[in-house]
Amino acid sequence: MNQWWTPAASLWWVILIKSAVLLLIVITTFAYAMLAERKVMGWMQMRPGPNRVGPWGLLQPAVDAVKLILKEDLTPKTADPLIYRLAPFISLVTALSVYAVIPFAEPQPGSIWAISDVNAGILFILALTSIGVYGISLGGWASGSKYPLLGSVRATAQMISYELSMSMSLIGVLILAGTTSLAGIVNGQAKLWYFIPQFVGFIIYIITAIAETNRAPFDLVEADAELVGGFNTEYSGLRFGLFFIAEYINMLTVSCIATLLFLGGWTAPFGWTVVPGIVWFLIKVGFFMFFYIWLRSTFPRLRYDRLMAFGWKVLLPVATLNLIVTAVVVAVRG
Amino acid sequence: MTPYAPVAIFVAVAFAAALGFSLLPGVLAQRKPNPEKEQAYECGVEPTSSVAGRFPVKFYLIAMLFVVLDVEAASFYPWAVEMHALRVFGLIEMAVFVVVLAIGYAYVWKRKGFEWR
Repeated sequence: MNQWWTPAASLWWVILIKSAVLLLIVITTFAYAMLAERKVMGWMQMRPGPNRVGPWGLLQPAVDAVKLILKEDLTPKTADPLIYRLAPFISLVTALSVYAVIPFAEPQPGSIWAISDVNAGILFILALTSIGVYGISLGGWASGSKYPLLGSVRATAQMISYELSMSMSLIGVLILAGTTSLAGIVNGQAKLWYFIPQFVGFIIYIITAIAETNRAPFDLVEADAELVGGFNTEYSGLRFGLFFIAEYINMLTVSCIATLLFLGGWTAPFGWTVVPGIVWFLIKVGFFMFFYIWLRSTFPRLRYDRLMAFGWKVLLPVATLNLIVTAVVVAVRG
Repeated sequence: MTPYAPVAIFVAVAFAAALGFSLLPGVLAQRKPNPEKEQAYECGVEPTSSVAGRFPVKFYLIAMLFVVLDVEAASFYPWAVEMHALRVFGLIEMAVFVVVLAIGYAYVWKRKGFEWR
């Protein structure tokens, strides 16, 4: 991938500015993804959603941020003070760092639409999402309180179970693409988007991605009726906010990965290249984000034993089968 | 510059941003401590017992199974990338690996390792 790497793009301060701008964009996107969720859920439930602060409630995220920052930062006496503060930090750093390798549009000569294009892109992302589990399990454990502990142990068991099927479901794409570089995988989809030959992998990825980000109908971590608030019960103010930001950014990340791996990234459908690649990328990511909200307002929460059984007894064997079938087809047809 | 240098720069910026967010409540948030507020939340009553104690062994089993199968998933990755070059040899190689795993998986299933109770 080094042919896209030119001296102008590799000045360290250029990358520093790019990084800062990208972080700002990601965090702003988080703020408006949250507003969009509340708005769309409102409409789906036949109510207006937030509409008081600014036109159509557009300033709501800013007001929420100020409220969270000024709110009292409570730490239970039974909590482990260092790890209690470290946990949201870990969640946020791992959630943000993923964007270092995500390409947003086609690389141009002299510049790339990404911070970097490493040849182990997928492995980097999977490694970071695995570390992200620590944020949740440590946060619940360090609170020194019962509900968060139960919530975090549940969350950890759920996330590691589904992470397995998730990494298995991506292998089919890797077999077809023959590379772990995200830009390379998108280039491999110039003719046919991988969600057609890898339909089973695509469905499994979507299901596991929702479970990984702890969203409805897999939000057992935050099952309000039985666990109060789950792993973040004891957190308040901005520390709660950090977990919240991390959750939404993780949603955005899995939407980006689904777009890059299965929906052809910035590739235009039906040859409509009039619209630039970055717009296609954003449309596809937006579709997944909408899908998340749609699911949340449609499905009731699963039961925990069924969730675990589904992950281990259905998703894992089906993902492995998909991988074997893909390998056989590639071995026979080349 | 290697492709990983920009990754390091980005991670450093993300680190700084998250650190800033973590320190912000200490600077800006109001603080009026009182003993009631600092108790662990237990639906309004005083905490009845300590959280330290025994935990369902089920969760440990899941963790162990995860470690085994995740290492296996990791060993699929290099194989998958080279599949176009390995062809039938790679297929047979992996088939042996999957069969060995499937035996272990079937054993866990039969011993009700995936039942939640």
